[in-house]
Amino acid sequence: MEPVLRINNLQVTYYTDAGRARALDGVSLTLNAGEKLGLVGESGSGKSTMALAMMHMIKPPGRIEEGQVIVGDTDLTTLTKEEMLKARLEKITYIPQGAMNSLNPVMRIGAQMVDAIKAHYKSPSKAEMAEMSMDSLESVDLDRSVFKMYPHELSGGMKQRVCIAIGILLKPQVIIADEPTSALDVVTQRQVMETIDRVQETLGAAIILIGHDMGLMAQFVDKVAVMYTGRLMELSTVREMFTNPQHPYAQALISSLPSLDNKGVFQGIPGLAPALLRLPSGCAFHPRCQHTTEICTTMLPRLEQMEGGRMVACHLYTEQV
Amino acid sequence: MPELLEFRNVTKTFFRRGWFTTQPGTTALNNLSLKVNESNSTILTVAGESGSGKTTLAMLLLGFITPTSGQILYRGKDINSLKGAERMIFRREVQAVFQDPFAVFNPFYHVDHLLSVPIKRFKLAHSKKEMREKMFEALSAVGLHPQDILGRFPHQLSGGQRQRINVARALLLRPKILVADEPVSMVDASLRANILEVLSSLKKDYGVTIIYITHDLTTAYHISKSIIVLYRGTVMEAGDVDTVINAPQHPYTRLLIDSIPWPDLNRRWGETEIKAEEAELGENNGGCKFLSRCPFATKKCKTPPPLYLMSDLQAASCYLFDQNAQIESERLSELLPV
Repeated sequence: MEPVLRINNLQVTYYTDAGRARALDGVSLTLNAGEKLGLVGESGSGKSTMALAMMHMIKPPGRIEEGQVIVGDTDLTTLTKEEMLKARLEKITYIPQGAMNSLNPVMRIGAQMVDAIKAHYKSPSKAEMAEMSMDSLESVDLDRSVFKMYPHELSGGMKQRVCIAIGILLKPQVIIADEPTSALDVVTQRQVMETIDRVQETLGAAIILIGHDMGLMAQFVDKVAVMYTGRLMELSTVREMFTNPQHPYAQALISSLPSLDNKGVFQGIPGLAPALLRLPSGCAFHPRCQHTTEICTTMLPRLEQMEGGRMVACHLYTEQV
Repeated sequence: MPELLEFRNVTKTFFRRGWFTTQPGTTALNNLSLKVNESNSTILTVAGESGSGKTTLAMLLLGFITPTSGQILYRGKDINSLKGAERMIFRREVQAVFQDPFAVFNPFYHVDHLLSVPIKRFKLAHSKKEMREKMFEALSAVGLHPQDILGRFPHQLSGGQRQRINVARALLLRPKILVADEPVSMVDASLRANILEVLSSLKKDYGVTIIYITHDLTTAYHISKSIIVLYRGTVMEAGDVDTVINAPQHPYTRLLIDSIPWPDLNRRWGETEIKAEEAELGENNGGCKFLSRCPFATKKCKTPPPLYLMSDLQAASCYLFDQNAQIESERLSELLPV
């Protein structure tokens, strides 16, 4: 099957007064249609930068240094500003963190949806646009009457679903959801995730779910990519990740999870994520790692393919390969 | 001896004020009775979704708002009529940690300022040296290195560090009760464990009773001993945390627990027959608050159900269990192990 999304060696740097911060350092990924990928990592690990880079929305002082983001057969990084405007929503869509707060409080939901359609199509009739919007609202389990409402008339979960409805208006092939439920409580969270799930199935789109809630990942995605200081540490199927994580950082992440069996055991990851401006030499995780050897402090481990197609970037496994 | 803290049939209604009339609006907390004993420190979870009255409970407990009816007693005295020295003691012994570690710091001051203000205010130290020692001790107790923290500005610290400083600030005052309102919901998952560990060590080492307010039942299960599940201001289920989380009885609790995204591939979402739906904010009809969402609703549910005992350590407010013995809401605390 032809992959719907290919990311090749994506690099993003922020040029700050204090120096250059490599927020994304050579990330490569492929995703097939209908696949769900979870992107996890601590704050500052480059998850959101990755989403912004894919959307071509990195603003100065940040810059995409290298790499390609190929959706279908178009390389998004080569598009002009106008072409990119068209590509957003049509090919790739982004549901940002706290999206529900991005709705304009003085415009009706419908007007905001129609706005998005107008930006892409030349001359649809009013009725057509309304019909499209209402269909989209229906597909996220909202009443058609929401079209005529203002954002303040909706609850947090409903607003979040409106944002999903806007995101899928033009049936994109790739959906990026950046912590879509971080401000919602468990019941609403489940409802929103079930909505995304259903929408994805009908569209056959690929989804990248960004977040740090491993529980949500276990329930939702097929593959998990663990990021740390802008690099991929491990990429494997959700089952492999939860039953047998390979990278020490992934292992620490998994064992820090609360579950029903280990009541009262708190196993955080010692230490803090390093600042991007002062990355440790060699593997960036080595100061916090339990298995550090000499080579870890000097040489950056490469992302190597292991048995069964999973990818791990750690010296522990390079000798065996 | 009076209880350390007692809620006596506390109800809080927020009114809708018109120009000429005042109408009762939302009942954020409905007839809650609760006792906290001084000799046995414990961690009690108050759980529920947004709008369930969890934060109202915290605000009432801290004396920020007054109850519409009922009384909140601290060491046998109504907290809203405390004066002078007694009020100072209450203010010192009941402390809080709030949800957002980014919003509570004044960005213009060093961290030292946040920690030194309560020391000065309550005259806990007689010299600069003693003040510094106290700050060092509190920061060490929450697992931070004081030399890395003191003299820094809030923007130089991570969310997890800031939240621990908040706990340290509360700890400085040697509180008896700590109200933790969603203390980990805005902290990275990998740092949550550290903060929860600090909280549970506070209970163990300093005998602080913690009221842990959350919608996250996973962390509640790990940290607390007992739990009260609220829905729109009313107690739905209460009891021992192990029993309630492993064998929830009330349809609402079952929905909540079924909606937790467990990091476990063998435990999938959606095993209950109740559809995940948001709470409707409509006017309530005086019956069971969960009526409009409950698949088991019957005619009986139009009158509010009392609490029915499941066992010594679990009770649910639902007519599904009306063959069981009732327990008055005033005796809620008896269900909660310490």
